[in-house]
Amino acid sequence: MIALRQVTRSFGRNAVLRGVSLDIPSGQSMVIIGGSGTGKSVLLKCILGLVRPDGGTITLDGQDVTKVERDAFLARFGMLFQGGALFDSMRVWENVAFRLLRGGAKQSKAQARDRAIEKLRRVGLTPDVADLYPAELSGGMQKRVGLARAIAAEPEIIFFDEPTTGLDPIMAGVINALIREIVTEMGATAITITHDMSSVRAIADRVAMLHAGVIQWTGSVGEMDATSDPYVQQFIHGRAEGPIAAIR
Amino acid sequence: MSLLAPVAGLGRATLGLLAALGRIAFFAGQVLSHMLRPPFYLREFLHAVMQIGWFSLPVVGMTAVFTGGALALQIYSGGARFNAELVVPNIVAIGMVRELGPVLGGLMVAARVASSIAAEIGTMKVTEQIDALVTLSTNPIKYLAVPRVAAATLTVPVLVAVGDAIGIAGGWLVGVNRLGFNSATYLQSTVNFLEGWDIVSGLIKGAVFGFIVALMGCYHGMTSGRGAQGVGQATKSAVVAASVMILATNYLLTGLFFTS
Ligand SMILES: Nc1ncnc2c1ncn2[C@@H]1O[C@H](COP(=O)(O)OP(=O)(O)OP(=O)(O)O)[C@@H](O)[C@H]1O
Ligand SMILES: [Mg+2]
Repeated sequence: MIALRQVTRSFGRNAVLRGVSLDIPSGQSMVIIGGSGTGKSVLLKCILGLVRPDGGTITLDGQDVTKVERDAFLARFGMLFQGGALFDSMRVWENVAFRLLRGGAKQSKAQARDRAIEKLRRVGLTPDVADLYPAELSGGMQKRVGLARAIAAEPEIIFFDEPTTGLDPIMAGVINALIREIVTEMGATAITITHDMSSVRAIADRVAMLHAGVIQWTGSVGEMDATSDPYVQQFIHGRAEGPIAAIR
Repeated sequence: MSLLAPVAGLGRATLGLLAALGRIAFFAGQVLSHMLRPPFYLREFLHAVMQIGWFSLPVVGMTAVFTGGALALQIYSGGARFNAELVVPNIVAIGMVRELGPVLGGLMVAARVASSIAAEIGTMKVTEQIDALVTLSTNPIKYLAVPRVAAATLTVPVLVAVGDAIGIAGGWLVGVNRLGFNSATYLQSTVNFLEGWDIVSGLIKGAVFGFIVALMGCYHGMTSGRGAQGVGQATKSAVVAASVMILATNYLLTGLFFTS
């Protein structure tokens, strides 16, 4: 279980996280929703230790994430970055197989390449993209390569930062199904950030809404539709009027 | 109050400079400690050797040949004032190997390599590739900085050695073709005059300058600000810092090596 308690983080005068408390049980799929710029990406980076929280605690299975052995800790995670973050000096398959080609569980080149191509297929990419460079792919294809890299080493905990933005509706459906499958079949824990309500319904066991630096609401998908929380209602129905100011 | 403002400004600037030097020293310590511990990324190292060493040869060679030639002309016309034209081969040789070879070579490498390292690593930083490296259990200092710093420290002395030879050859060309020296005599006096330490001290300088260049490129790249502007700023800072540090270190090393 990942547990966040009163996590705070500011950038200069911009207090982004102002006391986030959230539990993500193992084997569950948590979806985080919230307006643009509310700190969803920063929250994931705090858990991974890429951004150091100013205050509060984050624990994984009861252990403080700032005090664990980093390599073993990170080996349990996979992360899809919002911008893909592909290594542009490497071919697509080398990106996907990055972890497989290095470290303790190192595989042979041929083995790693086969595994990478299999993962590419799972995200809807054909083997012929394997030898291209990321710059030669479209935005949506880069996103999917990032997704393949995140799941390549079959980690226990996977973070997906906006996995379906930039994808056509059919491909978005494929990716939603894939994420769901990874959680139910492989028993992985997933945290997904998305703005796409159909993704939320397809992926989530639980939903948390981040607003004004705190978790404004959390519950199951069914509860989300039924809740009277005005913030959640405004967000899921995409209304301009409501407690969340839409500045124009 | 306003009377003291310049003093306060000076104090702030000094503190800022000291803090920056502290951060750079800390970064250098991290790079050195990672250099001694596995894993080692051989492929990245060889790639860096090619990028830093091999592809810098033309620019270092060009710099050296023109510098050697100009040096020969200057010493000839300056030496003529006290009938010492014959020292051209000796002064060209010692000037090249002790000072101009390492310093100009270092500065050219700073312009070429510090900038490209800073831009490359800075772009990786702003596009979250460095964060991605970390999540893939790869230490960015070990994977990005160590191979480049090691490659520069080892290859810049080689560049300096090549530059020394080309610079002396430039002097010789001018000496023989324009100043009327006899070819064999010119070479003979160069060889007889130079001592081993003249050359070795220049190569040591080269190694130190190579270390500085790659370190500044990596440091400014990794601490790059956000966006294209951040990368531009990082690139500029890397070149300026590397150049100034090369000149300052050169003075210190010259003092250390040649005054006793
Ligand atoms: N490294 C940083 N330095 C300064 N400010 C930052 C940094 N990273 C994030 N921020 C700020 O933190 C806030 C939250 O950013 P974040 O990327 O987490 O938003 P988000 O919720 O993921 O938004 P979106 O849905 O648009 O991706 C923003 O105001 C951003 O400017
Ligand atoms: Mg985001």
